[in-house]
Amino acid sequence: MTSREAMLSAVRAARGDGDVPEIERAYARTGSHPPGSPEAVALLVDRLFDYRALVTSVQRADGIVGAVTDALGEASRVLVPVGLPEGWVTDGVVDDGFAPGDLDGMDAVVTACAVACATTGTIVLDASLDQGRRAITLVPDHHVCVVRASQVVDSVPEMMARLDPTRPLTFISGPSATSDIELQRVEGVHGPRRLHVVVVVEG
Amino acid sequence: MTPVDLGMPMVAPRGVGHLRGEQSFPDAARTALGNEQLRRNLGHATSAIRAKRLRVVAEVDDWEQLRRAGETIKAATMARLDEHLARLEQAVTARGGVVHWARDADEANRIVTALVRATGCDEVVKVKSMTTQEIGLNEALADAGIVAYETDLAELIVQLDNDQPSHILVPAIHRNRREIRDIFAEHMPGVPADLTDDPHALAEAARLHLRAKFLSARVAVSGANFAIADTGTLLVVESEGNGRMCLTLPETLITVMGIEKVVPSWRDLEVFLQLLPRSSTGERMNPYTSAWTGVTPGDGPQEFHLVLLDNGRTATLADEAGRSALHCIRCSACLNVCPVYERVGGHAYGSVYPGPIGAVLSPQLTGVEDNASLPYASSLCGACFDACPVRIDIPAMLVHLRARHVEEREKEHRLPSAEQVAMAAAAWTMADGRRFARAGRGARLARFARGRRLPPPLSGWTASRDLPDPPQHTFRDWWRDRDDQP
Repeated sequence: MTSREAMLSAVRAARGDGDVPEIERAYARTGSHPPGSPEAVALLVDRLFDYRALVTSVQRADGIVGAVTDALGEASRVLVPVGLPEGWVTDGVVDDGFAPGDLDGMDAVVTACAVACATTGTIVLDASLDQGRRAITLVPDHHVCVVRASQVVDSVPEMMARLDPTRPLTFISGPSATSDIELQRVEGVHGPRRLHVVVVVEG
Repeated sequence: MTPVDLGMPMVAPRGVGHLRGEQSFPDAARTALGNEQLRRNLGHATSAIRAKRLRVVAEVDDWEQLRRAGETIKAATMARLDEHLARLEQAVTARGGVVHWARDADEANRIVTALVRATGCDEVVKVKSMTTQEIGLNEALADAGIVAYETDLAELIVQLDNDQPSHILVPAIHRNRREIRDIFAEHMPGVPADLTDDPHALAEAARLHLRAKFLSARVAVSGANFAIADTGTLLVVESEGNGRMCLTLPETLITVMGIEKVVPSWRDLEVFLQLLPRSSTGERMNPYTSAWTGVTPGDGPQEFHLVLLDNGRTATLADEAGRSALHCIRCSACLNVCPVYERVGGHAYGSVYPGPIGAVLSPQLTGVEDNASLPYASSLCGACFDACPVRIDIPAMLVHLRARHVEEREKEHRLPSAEQVAMAAAAWTMADGRRFARAGRGARLARFARGRRLPPPLSGWTASRDLPDPPQHTFRDWWRDRDDQP
């Protein structure tokens, strides 16, 4: 008998044949604000500030390039995923499968996102072409992320429902942080120390 | 794959891992209570986190409904755990991962060691993981000449100081900033001579120390917070980004996961990703959560191994009154609210799982006899149940385990202590309303028995304290009679 068979039969014997308890899902499945509403977007901005992310709001998509340029500041080597929409970044280096050491030489990275949750201030990347593989938003110290209002939902259940679990997913709530010293939150450890979110209000 | 015997579920073996202390809890606690610095550090940290947790939990209108959902999802999963594990294996395999089954710590350590050896590497980077602490993986790797680098800040502090973790979430909670500064100054190569104890400076020092390690690492070892049976998706919930580094940059990823971490469906995470961050660090959401399913070409490790660990979990599952200890999502809220933990710290529990949840989980993983003093490491105040995001009734389970301990000793024809007999009697009495009411009236009658000392064998308890007078009437009597009052 293999360990697999031994473990599975032991678990079967231990759990017994009792009924499976019914799962109680009486919690809220949606938040107070409809997806994409000005209220949901305002809540997201508030929560992002709370976790010390930088936020720039622009009215329409034509404001993205200006906001991204401002957010990048002095950054000279700007990494972009292969499918970043045309015109967001004027002089980006397209990800070519760079090794980690090469990614470390980049000043900043600019991406889109898959969905954002207002209540928790969370942005999710799902490795689509406009976001790229996970490593490119991890190694550079400065991440500029564009969130369109249509991608903003109020609650965690709404956020999860929009995601495909079989894609590599990264949930980001503010810049990297630690609570390991006296349980006080300190921003800036291994992940990007600057998270700058450009919110497109009518996107 | 080695042949094995069937029979009783195995408990975690002795001689490997960190589930058993060298001292009993009372002895270890006595030492800890004499350490004033430790008590100050713990009091400071736990009171800060308690306030944060209460604030963010109060924001959630449906918190109680979420707790109920978390409790019932876990209970439903345990009721068919074998089926969910088989589905998880199938889904992970279908997406290019390799699943390994480890009955205990020794087998898991052998599997991981062989996997690392097969890569030709002699070092690994590690994401903070309770499970690999539990099985003593770092020591097993060291015996095989493989160096494991802990990358979580608190784990790094513990590792540099050759110390043991004392908290589920913040293993170095027993150290304050000054002590951490000194540990870095002494043990961290290349640390600036003028390093201060400012937490920002300490975090920066850790970043610089590990940066090159992350960028060149070829093998990573992690635990998992959740695994989805439907899809084969694994999740790691973290803060610093060290988890993302380990899960993304190396070529090979080895994840060691207790079998109780599986949940049936993706939808279940909508519950746990609300409960866990608010309960653990008191945040609305932790900075980073990574989810991956098998291997994704061109993105992250191209070789993925999942090691499913039993190590006493099946034995825990077999006890219907104790199995909900397996529902724990390792948030550590019960540690932070526990008056006993706050005073003695995590080391006194002797296991990597300290505090209230450790007092019910460790004895079940090892067999009660090997952690016999832990079920008594509590005042049964109930704060842990109120804080638990999945409603584990830890106080009831402590009483149950005390009774189990007495029964097991009786079976071995060994004399239980007076306290153990009393606890077994209390468990029997409290389990039935009528019995409890009769007991209350009996205590009232004892008012007539004068004296402040109990007779042997209970005289030890009254040697250092007076026996309180039983009340004139019980609460039940008062409640029944209250309408008769003018």
